Amino acid sequence: METMKLNSVKAKPQRKSSVKARRTNRMQQWITGIILALGGFLISIPFIWMILSAFKPEMEVMQIPPTFLPKEFTLENFVNLFENMNFTIYLRNTIIVVLCSFVGLFLNAMAGYAFAKYKFKGREKLFYLVLATMMIPGQVTMIPVYLILNQLHLTNTMAGIVLPGLVGAFSIFLFRQFMSTIPDELLEAARLDGASEFRLFLQIILPISKPILAVQGILTFIAGWNSFLWPLIIANDENLYTLSVGLSLLKGQYGGNFALQMAGSTFMVVPIVIIFMLFQKHIIEGYTISGMK
Amino acid sequence: MKALNTKTPYFFIAPALLLLGLFSLFPIVVALVISFTDISLESLGDWSSIRFVGLENYLEVFKDPIFMKSLFNTLFYVIIGVPLVIICSLAIALLINFGKARIFRAFRVIFYMPSITNVVAVAVVWSYLYNPQLGLFNYVLNFLHLPSVPWLTDPTMSKVSLIALAVWRGVGVNMIIFLAALQGIPKTYYEAAQLDGATNWKQLTKITIPLLRYAIFFVSITTMIGWLQFFEEPLVMTKGGPLDSTTSVALFIYRNGFQLSNFGYAAAGSFILFIAIIVITLLQFRLQKKEVDY
Repeated sequence: METMKLNSVKAKPQRKSSVKARRTNRMQQWITGIILALGGFLISIPFIWMILSAFKPEMEVMQIPPTFLPKEFTLENFVNLFENMNFTIYLRNTIIVVLCSFVGLFLNAMAGYAFAKYKFKGREKLFYLVLATMMIPGQVTMIPVYLILNQLHLTNTMAGIVLPGLVGAFSIFLFRQFMSTIPDELLEAARLDGASEFRLFLQIILPISKPILAVQGILTFIAGWNSFLWPLIIANDENLYTLSVGLSLLKGQYGGNFALQMAGSTFMVVPIVIIFMLFQKHIIEGYTISGMK
Repeated sequence: MKALNTKTPYFFIAPALLLLGLFSLFPIVVALVISFTDISLESLGDWSSIRFVGLENYLEVFKDPIFMKSLFNTLFYVIIGVPLVIICSLAIALLINFGKARIFRAFRVIFYMPSITNVVAVAVVWSYLYNPQLGLFNYVLNFLHLPSVPWLTDPTMSKVSLIALAVWRGVGVNMIIFLAALQGIPKTYYEAAQLDGATNWKQLTKITIPLLRYAIFFVSITTMIGWLQFFEEPLVMTKGGPLDSTTSVALFIYRNGFQLSNFGYAAAGSFILFIAIIVITLLQFRLQKKEVDY
């Protein structure tokens, strides 16, 4: 609205051309919108097709030409996943991984806090060391980490799956960025009241850091829910598989059962999409604000 | 500052630093050491059987035709994929930024969505879309009286198909970075340009793109590093096939490490990848510097 007003004020001397300019401007807005809508539709096709196919019976998916909407709506594929395909176990394991990664988030917050609010020997050097770990490609550490876990007798255990990705440099970095904006006076006041350092962290720092905790919490949930590589490498036993490993197993074993595969994918993707939709403002805005500082 | 117990900060950073040290920094040393040995699955039980082989793994890996192929494939992915991701995400960001209505904010969500979804689920869905008989893509092509495309069965086409999937997933994050950068450009620049009668195109090429240079640089570095490690898409969708035409260097390392258990050999491969990433990144920094000098 504001810019419109501004434009009309500025263009007063040549009224005719301003009307024309406004019209072309509106045209351009519409064209941009239409291009984006088309692009958005194309981008969403895999999702739309996945969800539609998940509710079709296997027979209908095999049909040529394919049906768009399910002719016969069924939940049989989902029932099948949980009753015959161990998806209950995969889901349980995935939830365990997610819960553990929240412990990791807490450790990241602790480290970020110390780097932001304490002066100690070696602080700068240690922080650069943390940042340096971001540049190490996963392929280089993959094999040694496996060997280390094997040496610790942690292969084929839940601990082995969770530990390698528990803490992350980027997360520590974001916590530090946010927490260094908390005023020192606040901490001093609490210290005068005799609060211990750890209580200070729990009862003052964490509540203030809610915005960054929200962003990181959601990202941690998504990463945990999607975790694939470590479970794949560490778990030999189907009892330790997460949803994504289970799904890739399903793809290998039931390669022709597309409705079943789509149901599995839908089950993995839709919760994330819902969470993302609910919190997208925090994720997109918080992520860019904290990331671009 | 009040005199604190000097141990306190170390107590706060200890857990995170220990884990990072054990699972990020120490492994680098281990990888370097084992890349000069013949360590494999058998030697895990008996450490004394591990032999020091010098540079043999490195020399061997360059003679490995599959490694050379994976090197070529990775370059193919990078050279086609990286510019595509940058152009698409920049174009979408510019379009969204151009729009004034509220609805344009919704587009951010739609275009960002693919990047948060699980790679396995997405690969499973795309494999179905690419299926030669039952897939949606070939059906649409046939419907338009166009011939079917051998999406995942032709050596070159399969690389292109994987790139399409990865571009689809990669656009969202970079678009957000570009949008943030676009919002940082002062509005007054555009107002001044409009007063001077500059067209939209002029404003784009003379104001927006030059001011986005840092964001473009950042995005191209991170995207390049990511694509050099291209891994999950070929692993889940094609397993490197047909005939290793989609095997990337990262997949080569994974396969040698975990399927063939040639840990030393795989570690040598991973170091070559690591060095390649460092060299390419430094080169880009160099190029960027030159540009600034102008």
